[in-house]
Amino acid sequence: MRYIDHHAHMVSRTTDDYQQLALTGCVAVTEPAFWAGWDRSCGDSVEDYFRQLTEFEPKRAAAYGVQHYSWLAMNPKESDDRELSRDVLKRIPKFLDRPTVLGIGEIGMNRITRNEIATYTEQVELAIEHDQLILIHTPHLEDKLKGTRISIDVLTRYPELNPQRVMIDHAEEHTIEMIRDRGYWAGLTLYPQTKISPQRAVDVIEKYGPDRICVAGACDWGPSDPIAVPRFAVEMRRRRHDETLIERVIFENPIRFLSQSPKFKVTISTPEPARIG
Amino acid sequence: MKPQPHKPPLSGTQIVDEYFIENRTRLLEIAAFLDRVDRMDPTVRSRDFRMKAFIEAVNALGAMPDRLLQIQMILSDPTIDPLDRLDRKSAIGAFDPSGHPEARS
Repeated sequence: MRYIDHHAHMVSRTTDDYQQLALTGCVAVTEPAFWAGWDRSCGDSVEDYFRQLTEFEPKRAAAYGVQHYSWLAMNPKESDDRELSRDVLKRIPKFLDRPTVLGIGEIGMNRITRNEIATYTEQVELAIEHDQLILIHTPHLEDKLKGTRISIDVLTRYPELNPQRVMIDHAEEHTIEMIRDRGYWAGLTLYPQTKISPQRAVDVIEKYGPDRICVAGACDWGPSDPIAVPRFAVEMRRRRHDETLIERVIFENPIRFLSQSPKFKVTISTPEPARIG
Repeated sequence: MKPQPHKPPLSGTQIVDEYFIENRTRLLEIAAFLDRVDRMDPTVRSRDFRMKAFIEAVNALGAMPDRLLQIQMILSDPTIDPLDRLDRKSAIGAFDPSGHPEARS
């Protein structure tokens, strides 16, 4: 089995987790910029984090034969802070040429405030200006429906934005149709309690088919699972789905989306990680 | 884009064979949770907006079809206006309709 996890916050994980990824066939992870669990005090702190994402983490992953890519952004949880957000957005462009940066993400909203929408809109414009892929975080729990609607409303103000270069992540049953109907990619996040389970993710594939759907674990500093994607594959096998369909969802689909960035080097012929540790 | 379902290989009976026990367990957990809340304070279910939504969602289990979609909507914020200012850092799982009388009948 080969797979790609398009959403993994590896800075929060141990090297043991990289080993688990390699042992289960993970070829590449992509890591969106996110909230550290506490608010950062200044733009310098965020810039150091961008350096960690683009300099240190790819080396740590490479030791296990896993390719590491990143997305840069002002994360939704801190995006209500307009002063910090403006500072961070000014710093992002100088990182965009780095060899493992795939785009702007994860952007979006948390509690859906006017400030969060303003920061999100500016980040969409930044991505368009620099011709970057976009990865969108949709809010949790009761906020997901409203946040997804408003996220899409903002995107539709920019007709020059190709929907196929946008992934709207953390989709669930009540948001997936509005995402795919408008031509965006949908990400299903296999995360305990607050997002979607492997069982429900398989239901979504059965109900809607595999087109423009990717699955990820979104492992981070909270209770989460770095090998959630292979657990999804096991669930697909439990339902007797064939290996061709499984590989399409967990390997080929992320390649189709991520390869829109010329920096993404995984191809269909890329083998499983050959070297561990 | 219209959904293009991928036909599940398992029959209905095979799905029940495969998943009955784990979902029986989940059902008992929900029943135990409701009993636990009632045992501590039977008025909570009528006072706490989260419990009101939860019980409405449990009742939706008897509806057909698309129970899951109905429950997702019961637990979602149906409003469309952004917040003027950040009220808290995290979502809490159910929409509080107090202050939004138009949002729930």
